[in-house]
Amino acid sequence: MTTLPERTEKKLGLVIDLDICVGCHACAVNCKEWNTGGYGAALSDQDPYGSDPTGTWLNRIHTYEVQPHQGEAQIVHFPKSCLHCEDAPCVTVCPTGASYKRVEDGIVLVNEDHCMGCGLCAWACPYGARELDAAAGVMKKCTLCVDRIYNENIPEEDRVPACVKSCPAGARHFGDLSDADSEVSQLVSERGGLDLMPEQNTKPVNKYLPPKPKDTPVPNLNLAKLAEPEAKGFLGWLDRALEKI
Amino acid sequence: MHPAPSLIAFTVLSGLGMGMIAWVGLGLGDWDHTFGWIAGILSLMVGGIGGVASVGHLARPDRAWRAFTQWRSSWLSREACLMVTAKVTFTLYLGFWLLLGIELKLLGWIAAALAMATVYATAMIYAQLRTVPMWSGTPTPFMFMVLSLTGGLLATGAIKGLVGLETPVLYSLAWLVVAAGTVIWWTQQAAGAGRSLDGSTMETATGLGNIGRVKMLEGPHTGSNYLLSEMAFEVGRARAFQLRKIGAFAGFVLPLVLTLLALGVGGWAMLIALLCHIGGMMALRWLFFAEARHVQALYYGMR
Amino acid sequence: MADGSQPALETSPHVSDEVRKTTCYMCACRCGINVHLREGPNGAPMIRYIEGNRDHPVNKGVLCAKGSAGIMQHYSPARLMKPLLRTGERGSGEFKEISWDEALGTAAEWLAPLRADPKKLAFFTGRDQSQSLTSWWAQNFGTPNYAAHGGFCSVNMAAAGIYTLGGAFWEFGSPDWDKTKFFMVFGVAEDHDSNPIKTGIGNLKSRGGRVVGVNPVRTGYNAVADEWVGITPGTDGLFILALVHELLRSGMVDVDYLRRWSNATWLVSREPGEDFGLFVRDADGKPLVWDRATGSAQPFDKPGLKPEMKGTFTAPDGGQCQPSFELMASKYLDPEFAPDAVAQRCGISAERICRLAAEIADVAFNQSEEIAYPWTDFRGETHETMIMRPVSFHAMRGISAHSNGFQTCRALHLLQLLLGTVERPGGFRFKPPYPKPMEAHPAPHSLTTPNAPLGGPHLGFVRDPSDLAIDADGTPNRIDKAFTWENPMSAHGLMHMVISNAHAGDPYPIECLMMYMANMAWNSSMNTSSVMEMLTDKREDGEYKIPKIIYSDAYSSEMVAYADLILPDTTYLERHDCISLLDRPIGELDGVADAIRWPVVEPENQAEGRDVRCFQSALIQLGGKLGLPGLVDDDGNPRYEDYADYITNHQRRPGVGPLAGWRGEDGEGKGRGAPNPNQIDKYIENGGFWLEHIPHDCLYMRPFNQKYQDWAVEMGFFDKPFPYVFQMYVEPLRKFQLAAEGHGEHQPPEHLREQLKMAMDPLPVWWEPFEQAQVDNSEYPLHAITQRPAAMYHAWGSQNAWLRQIHGENPMYVPGKVCDEHGLKSGDWAYVSSHHGRIKVKIARMDAVNEKTLWTWNAIGKREGAWALDRGAPEAKRGFLLNHLIHELLPPKGDGLRWSNSDPVTGQAAWYDLRVKIEKAEDGVEMSEPRAEAQKSPTKAKPEELTYGKEW
Ligand SMILES: Nc1nc2c(c(=O)[nH]1)N[C@H]1C(S)=C(S)[C@@H](COP(=O)(O)OP(=O)(O)OC[C@H]3O[C@@H](n4cnc5c(=O)[nH]c(N)nc54)[C@H](O)[C@@H]3O)O[C@H]1N2
Ligand SMILES: Nc1nc2c(c(=O)[nH]1)N[C@H]1C(S)=C(S)[C@@H](COP(=O)(O)OP(=O)(O)OC[C@H]3O[C@@H](n4cnc5c(=O)[nH]c(N)nc54)[C@H](O)[C@@H]3O)O[C@H]1N2
Ligand code: SF4
Ligand code: SF4
Ligand code: SF4
Ligand code: SF4
Ligand code: SF4
Ligand SMILES: [Mo]
Repeated sequence: MTTLPERTEKKLGLVIDLDICVGCHACAVNCKEWNTGGYGAALSDQDPYGSDPTGTWLNRIHTYEVQPHQGEAQIVHFPKSCLHCEDAPCVTVCPTGASYKRVEDGIVLVNEDHCMGCGLCAWACPYGARELDAAAGVMKKCTLCVDRIYNENIPEEDRVPACVKSCPAGARHFGDLSDADSEVSQLVSERGGLDLMPEQNTKPVNKYLPPKPKDTPVPNLNLAKLAEPEAKGFLGWLDRALEKI
Repeated sequence: MHPAPSLIAFTVLSGLGMGMIAWVGLGLGDWDHTFGWIAGILSLMVGGIGGVASVGHLARPDRAWRAFTQWRSSWLSREACLMVTAKVTFTLYLGFWLLLGIELKLLGWIAAALAMATVYATAMIYAQLRTVPMWSGTPTPFMFMVLSLTGGLLATGAIKGLVGLETPVLYSLAWLVVAAGTVIWWTQQAAGAGRSLDGSTMETATGLGNIGRVKMLEGPHTGSNYLLSEMAFEVGRARAFQLRKIGAFAGFVLPLVLTLLALGVGGWAMLIALLCHIGGMMALRWLFFAEARHVQALYYGMR
Repeated sequence: MADGSQPALETSPHVSDEVRKTTCYMCACRCGINVHLREGPNGAPMIRYIEGNRDHPVNKGVLCAKGSAGIMQHYSPARLMKPLLRTGERGSGEFKEISWDEALGTAAEWLAPLRADPKKLAFFTGRDQSQSLTSWWAQNFGTPNYAAHGGFCSVNMAAAGIYTLGGAFWEFGSPDWDKTKFFMVFGVAEDHDSNPIKTGIGNLKSRGGRVVGVNPVRTGYNAVADEWVGITPGTDGLFILALVHELLRSGMVDVDYLRRWSNATWLVSREPGEDFGLFVRDADGKPLVWDRATGSAQPFDKPGLKPEMKGTFTAPDGGQCQPSFELMASKYLDPEFAPDAVAQRCGISAERICRLAAEIADVAFNQSEEIAYPWTDFRGETHETMIMRPVSFHAMRGISAHSNGFQTCRALHLLQLLLGTVERPGGFRFKPPYPKPMEAHPAPHSLTTPNAPLGGPHLGFVRDPSDLAIDADGTPNRIDKAFTWENPMSAHGLMHMVISNAHAGDPYPIECLMMYMANMAWNSSMNTSSVMEMLTDKREDGEYKIPKIIYSDAYSSEMVAYADLILPDTTYLERHDCISLLDRPIGELDGVADAIRWPVVEPENQAEGRDVRCFQSALIQLGGKLGLPGLVDDDGNPRYEDYADYITNHQRRPGVGPLAGWRGEDGEGKGRGAPNPNQIDKYIENGGFWLEHIPHDCLYMRPFNQKYQDWAVEMGFFDKPFPYVFQMYVEPLRKFQLAAEGHGEHQPPEHLREQLKMAMDPLPVWWEPFEQAQVDNSEYPLHAITQRPAAMYHAWGSQNAWLRQIHGENPMYVPGKVCDEHGLKSGDWAYVSSHHGRIKVKIARMDAVNEKTLWTWNAIGKREGAWALDRGAPEAKRGFLLNHLIHELLPPKGDGLRWSNSDPVTGQAAWYDLRVKIEKAEDGVEMSEPRAEAQKSPTKAKPEELTYGKEW
């Protein structure tokens, strides 16, 4: 239902490590593959073999170039899916009650049997995390793989979102961000996990771990210090080296 | 934002209809039955067309009825509920007056109030979106209501003239001036709002600001997508300027002149004034959408 | 729900009816996949979901973008459905469908006569994971003209690795991801080890390890690298040798490691004459070292020696000699290799080179530890500990796809040897069956006899000029001129020269070109437009210059349009396959592994009218029809029914076959054992693969580790232990140099002497990339290169409805500085030209790139009509191939000779030597050029909209 729950028992979400995301799109494609046959099948594609192929995706990978004040430009690969915000504007604007935030885990979902496809929730989302499916005429969004994470029909160790399991770099972490001791919460505090567009006051549950500083030399190192030779030159040094052996 | 014709028709026509209901409800027609019949039915019809247009915007119109369920939290739902109550109340008011001859002033006022509340709710659908500063950071509801009343007045006024009653020319002129002023004021506010009312930038969007200035190198996909076509609509400056001129001229200048003319030639001039005004409003409403920039577009490198 | 309740949600929905485990084939990484099957509308099983197999040694559960799009590949409308016979002109794409009997009959009819002169058949296979079968087939046919795609891929990497270390980066080894602390990666966008590298870098960085990326472009791995070195293309050799210079200068080298485990101590003859630069050997050919204890020359493998590493000594034969180490050291200590000397050419400051050398040395020597680890080496000496060297390197085509690539790869191996990190914990380590020295590989065979098999394997490693594939008067035996003086060590052949040479009839014309899984009419060829002309060019008598082309593809590629007979292959989910130890094996650092593919779905029910056959089965059946030795039994009947039958029952050596797991009747055999009729079922039970761990006490220093060597024999990698030491100084190279200097009976043609003297240096050298050295660099001031997109596989990803949404077209990325000079901004169109051609492209501005380097994604551009895409497909309209600018030959030198644009040692195609200029295109036409006219597609109708999975 459209009014947000007072509080949710858990805050399940993703923590995405921008320091090791290589931008390979595995999470995005595997997400599409799982979900097109899962909750809210299908994620349709229009003109798939034509001149303007488009489709519904729940997770998309952007690539940004960041120019520091001094030093060389850097590249950051940036996956983006629903952040399962605590104050989710997409939910409160929904006129039909199709959009809702689950009390038990905070997952924001669309009840596709009730959605009338007005698109307002997509307008309300600052992050571009909702896409109206052109074939079904209903709103699609990241389900946090609600049909995997509790699914008794798949092995326990696989009860994580498809994108998390598939990510080759291990850049995606899944867990309960309301539990300060959870692995994800720990990561967020150690690495200074960020909210996207905090000024929008959506209180995202998903967090982003910023890239570590780049191009910074290992402090106080120089070869002269390490170096033994010079004195009698390298070949002289070699004799001494061989003596030692 | 993508300027969908359905939304332009919906907001303009339903606004006009509600404006007419408001004036009729306030008793502008001096209990004249011919006026009552024509104005009453027309306002319901115009509002009706607006309503239909809004349903036309839905991907699943078959489920439109569900929009009545969430009035507690959703402005779109409230708008739907209010629109219906306003029309029902107004119909009752007309019924008592025109069929039973019972003139319930109070019920008319209530209908008028509900009509304005509906327009307010319509405006709030847009004004509530922090994600579109041009709508949320500006006096959008006020503008919608003023425009609704202006259109409503021109319409009802024209009808009065045509059924031979005295046309509210001075009122109309005054309202047109106020409306024009409101639009100018709103437009100035909007120009300021841009995309970063809350200070949203590519840097806050990506959280990478502390490294440096952010630019998009590669979009997620080389093709287009729903988000881009919906939220990343960009309109050329020149085109916008043209439309704004047309909107202002057709929406306010011509109607002013024609309304003045009405003094001499009679109500039918106001009818033309009304039609010009509607045309102008359509143009301006197109800009209202087309020029509005969504923070989502920041992720696609559109600063 | 106005009443405020949430909808009830089924959180345990039915996922699939059955899970079948096989091997992915969306690229050559060969990850294990769990294929979820679910009944489709017509009752046949459909693919519900493909996920990574957690138990699999390669991907351990993860799956990349390509693998995740497997569903769209498997159901692609570009799939070929039936054998095709060309009806229109070559290139038109007009075919008629024929039956398999007709198809194999026709093929046999075309091939049978050629057995009298076997070299009239050229059989080249591209993205081939069954080379042990295809090469064996070609061998039995008798043609010398066989190779796979390694020649245009990364033979420099493979050959330099084998000659130097007994294994290369690539698939033969990898960094010790769990223990390394510092990882430097040169010229890698994806590599074949797609998933493991991503996982490795992710873990390493999460552990706080440091990654340095050396690459002109800062995307992918280089984007996450802690430090990015935006090197100028083609100069890595210089950069690496400057690092070597610094390490030597400062004595930061592992002398003990080199002394024991490399040929650094071997005595090199300094006697002018035909032995100059060769190793000094004893009577039975053992290289000698100078023992300082006894002051005498001793065989290198004698226990308890204290060999000298410098000095001049008198060999038993009285000649002067020096340890190779001194030759190496004095060479690289020369100021020509000093950081200041190379900085400007590399585009890396001298300070930075020094600092990087210091960082490397610091981790290698100050952060190393000695762990208790008893082991015995091949000399019989026992060691109580093992030294950890947590510095590792990896490199791929960025350094190998240049005309100086072989020696650059060698330089990197030299660097590793000086640091003593190879086969040490934390360093670069091999994956079984590697390490495997050059001596354990065959030499190439190319002598043909009518109606008889070839003497042995086509491809191998030449030891000296007598191994070259040329006849007495120097004419090449092979159509691709592999193993000739032009490129003596072309261990993988030169597939990229086949069409060009066959068209030119140089060294001789051929009758039939048979190819498998290589889009040679498009993205795998240099100079694509001309190649398409060569394929359609005719003789006076109206016959095509290449009279017959038989091709096996699974999809409607560009190449399909240029073939006369098409053998439609299955998709990877419909086929049997083996990822064999006899081929390019999978495997991990601590274990040996092989794997299978099996039909997790049957072609028949995967599309209506689908009548395709696994190419390897077709090939085996064709071999049977032709009565090829080995493929028929003694009464001439086909020996194998199909590929599965061959996989199970073929034996390459007694007890050794395509699959190493569950051998012997009882299925207990590991590596060795009689064929086991249930072998494939065993693999299926086990998830599609076999993994045997190396005994935990012989995981390191394997080339010298007695216990490992015995285990390797047990597993069937070798028939006797094959210990060896690393070849810092590569003698076979020197033998070719000697020939060039005029020694020996085998003499190169005059015009090649200088090139050979330069290129065949036994110690790593650098020379300016050929194209750059020849063209006017002021006219062509820029470099242009390509990169693999992680979410695309060469040409074949573009038929994939999901992947093509990600990479539907490719911009040319242009450095900001160049944009400003030419008034270009993102979205503009520009002409990019090389000495050879001109293309029109859409550009995008980029700053995180070497300021002289343009780049684009590889193989996105498509020919109109190919891949069952609409004519207006963005791939064809705005996408483009850089290949049009790259010529397979160097610009004419005026000597009338055809100089191939490849590495002079291995013949590897020098893709990344390309030099270009750019100018803005003002005509306002937003279409890429050149434009090949559209091909017809032999495929059926395709959907306007996809709602895959709707039924569930
Ligand atoms: N996703 C995906 N994976 C693939 C493939 C694919 O098509 N898609 N193809 C597979 C195949 S066939 C192969 S051979 C491998 C190839 O694996 P890679 O060698 O990783 O592939 P390339 O795209 O050739 O990458 C070459 C890299 O070297 C850089 N480079 C170019 N010139 C220089 C130079 O002079 N110096 C340095 N330091 N760097 C340079 C380029 O910027 C690029 O990053 O990938 C395999 N894996
Ligand atoms: N400019 C530039 N050009 C390059 C490179 C570069 O870096 N830059 N890289 C070079 C390198 S390293 C390589 S390896 C080549 C790769 O180039 P190719 O090997 O030509 O490209 P692929 O896309 O792998 O296509 C091989 C063919 O195999 C077909 N195929 C796919 N699956 C199957 C199957 O199951 N069975 C059969 N029978 N066929 C199948 C595909 O349809 C396709 O036609 O490109 C080379 N070309
Ligand atoms: S799979 Fe992992 S590494 Fe690849 S894009 Fe997604 S998050 Fe980044
Ligand atoms: S990210 Fe967007 S869709 Fe997801 S919860 Fe927040 S506002 Fe809603
Ligand atoms: S699109 Fe569907 S979910 Fe979104 S607001 Fe409209 S009804 Fe609600
Ligand atoms: S959690 Fe599931 S739905 Fe959400 S992005 Fe990941 S895979 Fe897609
Ligand atoms: S890397 Fe990707 S495409 Fe290649 S085998 Fe592995 S999963 Fe398949
Ligand atoms: Mo390759």
